[in-house]
Amino acid sequence: MSDFSEELIRSKTEDDQEESCVLSGTGMYFPWLQKHIDTVETGGKKEKDFAQTTSACLNRIQEALLKHQWPQAAGYMHSYFQILEDSDSHKRQAAPEIIWKLGSEILFYHPKSNMETFNTFADRMKNMGVMNYLKISLQHALYLLHHGMLEDANRNLSRAETWRYGEKSSSQEVLINLIQAYKGLLQYYTWSKKKMELSNLDEDDYAYNTASQTMLNHSWKTSVNLGALIQTPGVWDPFVKSYVEMLEFYGDQDGAREVLTNYAYDEKFPSNPNAHVYLYNFLKREKAPREKLISVLKILYQIVPSHKLMLEFHRLLKKSEKKDHHKLGLEVLFGVLDFAGCTKNITAWKYLAKYLRQTLMGNHLAWVQEEWNSRKTWWPSFHFSSFWAKSDWKEDIALACEKALVAGILLGKGCRYFRYICKQDHQVLRKKIRRIRKSVKKHSIVNPGL
Amino acid sequence: MDLEEAKEFKERCTQCAAVSWGLTDEGKYYCTSCHNVTERSKEVINTGAIPNTKIQAINRGLKRKRKLERGWDWYVCEGFQHILYQQAEALKTLGVGPELKNEVLHNFWKRYLQKSKQAYCKNPVCRRKVTVLEDNQSHSDWDSEPELLSDFSCPSFVESGTEPQPDGLAQKPFPISKASQSETASICSGSLDGVEYSLRKEKGIVKMTVPRTLAFCYLSLLWQRETVTLSELLRFVEEGHIPYINAFQHFPEEMKLYGRDKGIFAIESWPTYEDIYKKMIEIAKFLDLPRFPDITEDCYLHPNILCMKYLMEVNLPDEMNDLTCQVVKMTGVGEVDFLTFDPIANMAKTVKYDVQAVAVIVVVLKLLFLLDDNLEWSLSNTAEKYNENNKEDKPWFDFRKWYQVMKKSIDEKKQEWEEARAKYLWKSEKPLYHSSIDRAVAFKRREMVVDLQKQFSTLVDSTPTVGRKKPSSFQFNWAEGDAARTCFHGHSLQGILKNKGQSLTTKNSLYWLSTQKFCRSYCKHVTTYEESNFSLSYQFIINLFAFLLRIKTSFLHEEVSLIEKRLFKTKYSKTKKKSSRSRKGRKY
Repeated sequence: MSDFSEELIRSKTEDDQEESCVLSGTGMYFPWLQKHIDTVETGGKKEKDFAQTTSACLNRIQEALLKHQWPQAAGYMHSYFQILEDSDSHKRQAAPEIIWKLGSEILFYHPKSNMETFNTFADRMKNMGVMNYLKISLQHALYLLHHGMLEDANRNLSRAETWRYGEKSSSQEVLINLIQAYKGLLQYYTWSKKKMELSNLDEDDYAYNTASQTMLNHSWKTSVNLGALIQTPGVWDPFVKSYVEMLEFYGDQDGAREVLTNYAYDEKFPSNPNAHVYLYNFLKREKAPREKLISVLKILYQIVPSHKLMLEFHRLLKKSEKKDHHKLGLEVLFGVLDFAGCTKNITAWKYLAKYLRQTLMGNHLAWVQEEWNSRKTWWPSFHFSSFWAKSDWKEDIALACEKALVAGILLGKGCRYFRYICKQDHQVLRKKIRRIRKSVKKHSIVNPGL
Repeated sequence: MDLEEAKEFKERCTQCAAVSWGLTDEGKYYCTSCHNVTERSKEVINTGAIPNTKIQAINRGLKRKRKLERGWDWYVCEGFQHILYQQAEALKTLGVGPELKNEVLHNFWKRYLQKSKQAYCKNPVCRRKVTVLEDNQSHSDWDSEPELLSDFSCPSFVESGTEPQPDGLAQKPFPISKASQSETASICSGSLDGVEYSLRKEKGIVKMTVPRTLAFCYLSLLWQRETVTLSELLRFVEEGHIPYINAFQHFPEEMKLYGRDKGIFAIESWPTYEDIYKKMIEIAKFLDLPRFPDITEDCYLHPNILCMKYLMEVNLPDEMNDLTCQVVKMTGVGEVDFLTFDPIANMAKTVKYDVQAVAVIVVVLKLLFLLDDNLEWSLSNTAEKYNENNKEDKPWFDFRKWYQVMKKSIDEKKQEWEEARAKYLWKSEKPLYHSSIDRAVAFKRREMVVDLQKQFSTLVDSTPTVGRKKPSSFQFNWAEGDAARTCFHGHSLQGILKNKGQSLTTKNSLYWLSTQKFCRSYCKHVTTYEESNFSLSYQFIINLFAFLLRIKTSFLHEEVSLIEKRLFKTKYSKTKKKSSRSRKGRKY
């Protein structure tokens, strides 16, 4: 058969796909939009062509956005607005949000768009339907922030903050809190600028007093704004951080601790590693007892065993007097190295090599074996293959040496990684390698009798 | 008064502990001493008193609205008449003879009003006399005095104003006295009988709808044997040459539409071929129309001529016309009796002229190329070789080249069409609303949409969208010389045909039937068109023609099967005995 008949076949299958896409509703999958489309029921009646037009239009806008064809997208948007007049009230009510999302996207990127068009659009959309006012105000403010227009953003947030609409406003409490918090964040920004200025001023200067006064003023407003939000369960990292910074600055250590403890330990909040990191850093600054620091990091270890604070955690555990802390110290090191992102962390390997020797010398072979048992099936190929031996040696000799030592201890001197490194004849390292050989001979958990 | 109503509420105020309540406008309680407003509203506490207040509120609102929206007194049928008038005018601009408007459509409409007992009869519906009203707008076009409720009935269809028919039965319309007109009768519509019209369900009466206006138009076109097929009519509607969607926008300013009128006149779907076709037959039967003028060989609607037209449209060689004529002759679909529409006949049905002509072409293509994804390509190879070696001669028709050209053109057209559909603006400039409560909202919404559109129109691609297409019965334009639009009209079918004695026969002696079996009953599913069961070439051709006519592929497939049934009558009776035999030899 000829090329062209093949083309016919090919083009046909393409058409098929296209068709099935059309059948499934959209060419692309946008979870948030799809939901809107799917929830709208036709009520058993034959779908009107009006509905077909709007849904086709929506698909095309999405496609154009995906391809960054802003003018085309704007063209379809022009026709999509008619969905605001849809006789189907479900669709009509869902429309403003869709229009806002797509429209703001277009206006954000469109070469002919500017701040003014965006502001007009946002102001118009805000007042379309009661439920969108706050959300759009907030996003509008973020857009302004993005363009560095802090004052406008602040004004927008203030306006949104005072917005009330009967009972509807209570259901949007979280949003109001969020808006207030963003306002607080903006105030924090001014505050921290002021703080910078202040640090450059002489304490005896006349200006110092006024500056510190305004700063105080700002911080008070900010804490009011931020306080409400961080009481509500959620992930509010930037807000919490700035809030705590201000509290600390004014010496309210107890307040800061309370906020951070609540943020980290309140069960209503979603599990958030940063909450524990913040708390840990705060306690460290406060020079809290080691026991306390360990208890904070223990939780972080449970959430993110590969966190970079884990090495610090290991050090803390090593220094501890408790035996089970020592054991945990070993566990933590193994845990860190379980992650692909940490395989080249020389510190981790150094710690492990050192700590393994220490542990074995302390007659805790059982601890090592316990950790090793679950890993011996996959660590050899994960860490100690001859490929890694070669590439580690080439990239980072020090790392290779540490790993070789660990490999030797865990797998015996017959292991490929160890053998490869030992074979390398390196003048400077000859001594070091000899030392490694020695300690492997002494500590290897394989054939400990020999 | 508010304080009176608030007496039942005895709780203490949460702010000042006083028990002194008033009612706010929204029906909520407020403390008269500290002005604290509660969340409790009157409805919750005392349901007994509410209905009355509500009714009062509605009454008040409606009275205000009536004052606001007082336009002319008009009847629903006048609305339809206005649409028909616009459509007839549009047809006239398209080049249809003026008789269509002045005589045929006018008479059909009058007959309809009479049959549906709305006018021109002794006991018109609702007793109130409904007659054809003067059309203000249309008359002002001819510089005549706009006059509402003129004293003599002058159907707006007739420009001259001469009465085309003695209106003995038609009574003179009288200005409807506003006093006698109860407010409630037209509470929810701009027209006088909108509410009642949408409720009216009379057995045996075909109620007028907007799609039926197109059926009226087509009936008149058919009566006049005009050179417009149904698919063309619908395409003109789609392209905006004939008013249909939002046709009510052009009603005179004083004809107010709202409430129930919305359901009657607002249209949110394109007319479909099948639907309008059915409606047309339905109306013809309802009007009890006599046999239509004969469709003879020199009529546009005769398959021979339509086949020629569609062969040109899809860029096939003119020589194929001989074959289509032969098929038409053999199948008998060119007979006058077969073609002429006779609504009073036992089984009133009319030929789908355009679909049938296209089906004949598909059958001829199958006869020539078999369309089994094999023979057409090998024939193309032969033709290609021949054309290369004989550059001077009339080229042989090369199916592959044709496919390439057509595929490209049709894809472009389809894309354009889909884009236009996705961008179509459905909503009228005059927003329609259900009730007075909606009114402000509807207008505000419209304003919002217009505003947003204005804002975005500056961001639209600078290349202006192709302006309104000029109406044409052809959608394609083939030109010799342009490689992308190569014209195949002059190509010859040599190489596909061979001499046999005096006549030519197709080289290809095989044929496959689109449908194996037909239901013996009159059930409608003659065929089910499951695309994947057919060859790709056949699918392409069916899709191509279906798109041209804007009909469903299955609809065309069915028509092809019907032509084949007529063409291979004997074979079909045989296949009934030997159940499955799809391929069969055939002589021509």
